[in-house]
Amino acid sequence: MQDLLRRYGTGLTATFCLLVAFWILVLVILPNFAMFEQSFRPYLPVVDIGGPKDFYSLGNYSKILDNPFDTAIFGIPVTMPIHIKMFLDTVFYAALVTFFCLVMAYPLAYYLAKIADPKSIPTLLLLLFVPMWVSEALRAFAWYIILTFNGPLNMLLQGLGFIDQGIRWQQGGIFTAYDAIVIVLTYCYVLFMLFPIYTAITSLDSNQIEAAEDLGSPWWRTHWRVVIPHSKPGIASGCVMVFMLSAGSLLVPTVVGSTRANWFPQTIYNFFNDALDWNTGAAYSMIFLLVCIFFVILMMRLFKVKLSDIAK
Amino acid sequence: MSAGIDLENVCCDFGSFRAVDNANVSIKPGEFFSFLGPSGCGKTTILRMVSGFIEPTEGAIKIGGKDMRGTRPNQRPTALIFQNLALFPLMPIWENISFGLEVRGVDKATRRKKAEELLKLVDLPGAADKMVSQLSGGQKQRVAIARALAVEPQVMLLDEPLSALDLKLRQHMRAELRAIQKRTGVTFIYITHDQGEALAMSDRVGVMSQGRIQQIAAPRDIYDNPVNGFVASFVGENNIFEGDVGTVSDGMAALTGPHGTFRARVLPDAQGKALKLYVRPEHTVLSRTKAAENSVEMEVTEVAFEGAFISVHGHASAGKRIQVEVKNDGVTQVPSVGEKVFASFDAARALLLPDANVRG
Ligand SMILES: Nc1ncnc2c1ncn2[C@@H]1O[C@H](COP(=O)(O)OP(=O)(O)OP(=O)(O)O)[C@@H](O)[C@H]1O
Ligand SMILES: [Mg+2]
Repeated sequence: MQDLLRRYGTGLTATFCLLVAFWILVLVILPNFAMFEQSFRPYLPVVDIGGPKDFYSLGNYSKILDNPFDTAIFGIPVTMPIHIKMFLDTVFYAALVTFFCLVMAYPLAYYLAKIADPKSIPTLLLLLFVPMWVSEALRAFAWYIILTFNGPLNMLLQGLGFIDQGIRWQQGGIFTAYDAIVIVLTYCYVLFMLFPIYTAITSLDSNQIEAAEDLGSPWWRTHWRVVIPHSKPGIASGCVMVFMLSAGSLLVPTVVGSTRANWFPQTIYNFFNDALDWNTGAAYSMIFLLVCIFFVILMMRLFKVKLSDIAK
Repeated sequence: MSAGIDLENVCCDFGSFRAVDNANVSIKPGEFFSFLGPSGCGKTTILRMVSGFIEPTEGAIKIGGKDMRGTRPNQRPTALIFQNLALFPLMPIWENISFGLEVRGVDKATRRKKAEELLKLVDLPGAADKMVSQLSGGQKQRVAIARALAVEPQVMLLDEPLSALDLKLRQHMRAELRAIQKRTGVTFIYITHDQGEALAMSDRVGVMSQGRIQQIAAPRDIYDNPVNGFVASFVGENNIFEGDVGTVSDGMAALTGPHGTFRARVLPDAQGKALKLYVRPEHTVLSRTKAAENSVEMEVTEVAFEGAFISVHGHASAGKRIQVEVKNDGVTQVPSVGEKVFASFDAARALLLPDANVRG
């Protein structure tokens, strides 16, 4: 603070502080607080708002437990509320997307950071970035076309003789109804995984990799014992970002998802937009936010990553 | 177990730049061999070729008589100590030291025991569970040595390992390294640009300049009988005189230049090259009268007290700088600034040498 004052003078410092305060208060805390408050009030016709029926309750939250139906988790038949199932699916497939992104981004990040000729790095990064210049909506529709039944992907696979029949990627695909969503989300967010890991690996002294090799270590052990521990903060922040972004994605599931694949944000969206029931929507948002944060913290505990590591 | 290393006509190119040019050395098992040379002369490159991180462009590297071409660093019987040590900061000390054993599938209890033994060897007991960041520079140094020794290498490669330490610690570690080398009997290849270090520690020294090995000899020989001007000037101080060299007889020749005629030794293979006269300051004496031969008059410009000796600087005619070391034995007279004295030297102590052996 003193430093800021000395460097920029009173006027500028005050402006900085006010802007930051405005951002946090008006753009972050206030809307969230409004949502939080709304989520405890029932959905009422306008005339009743502020009337005797307008009181705080957990009614909106308990709605998620309504509508039990028969389903199966990993083949085990269970009966559970439909929204809970949808919720679990979303978290599970978002975690899967995170995993795929990690598996793809780590080798690429390592290649860029330690193996590629430094002169070619700017070109490579540019190539990786170019798709990001196109809006997410357009990219989702592009994938819609790629994945359609008579689309280029099926044609290519058939042409190469990998498959006889076209695959209905968006309607059940090969594994689950979520195939298309997982593919496209992985594509959309893989760079959010790549850059934190790339930055982390770049900061690793190459001599440490060589030292491990010199001591007789095979490549996989060098990664396991030296490179991955060093880049863990980058991996963690990449995972948190990709998980939160894909779990919260609305556009991609809407565009490429099948009728049988329901992404939780779509349900929330329906409450807000179609049912105009902002109160239940707000309650679901709160649940979703809290559980996702809880999930992230759990994972961080599991992998022994500290919050301060991620902030780096 | 220790192995010898042979470099046979080894060259290393980076693009069109030749970093190491035709290096030939045969290092004996159990020898302490140093490469000495100024920054950028290719020392690290040689070490990285021996450890396997770079393949030589030409020539062969043999360890224990076996050609190492195509053998990955993790398959070579060498252990490299990096210029910056490259310890693993996220592992405790004992895991650092036993990493090489972990790789070889040794069980945890044995690894731990071995690590503690090695810590004792490098005089650092009780540090097993500390982290790297908790150690001082000299302690890190010793951990790096222990880590390299743990894999029982046949050859230890050390890249200026002491350069980051302060003078006191450096001298201490020199003795320590030498002792460890004697105790383990492992072949050491040691890289340094500090001539004192190289001379004090090594069995033999290879002096390098611009990618070429200039001379390989025992420390004494390097100092007393340098083969060329580069070696003479890089290892120790010199007074240098230029001039025309007369005919050689009995290994001696006369050099006639602007400061008079001097007689000095000539090496047999130096004939026919452009030669200069090199004589060490401590082999030069001062007198008030002109000596019979090899004597030049100078005016004293500076007298610097160095403790064991006194360094006298002066100008001869035409601004030629001359340096003389006078022993501080209480007997030898020390001139004062402004005095005119004669600097003279024994012909047997002076050498006529060609310039460095460099590319065409
Ligand atoms: N990877 C590389 N690519 C291109 N040139 C290199 C590379 N590595 C080293 N060089 C060049 O080779 C020459 C020798 O380098 P080297 O690192 O062997 O020097 P050194 O003797 O170890 O110097 P120092 O005492 O400063 O460590 C230098 O001129 C350097 O610029
Ligand atoms: Mg070097």
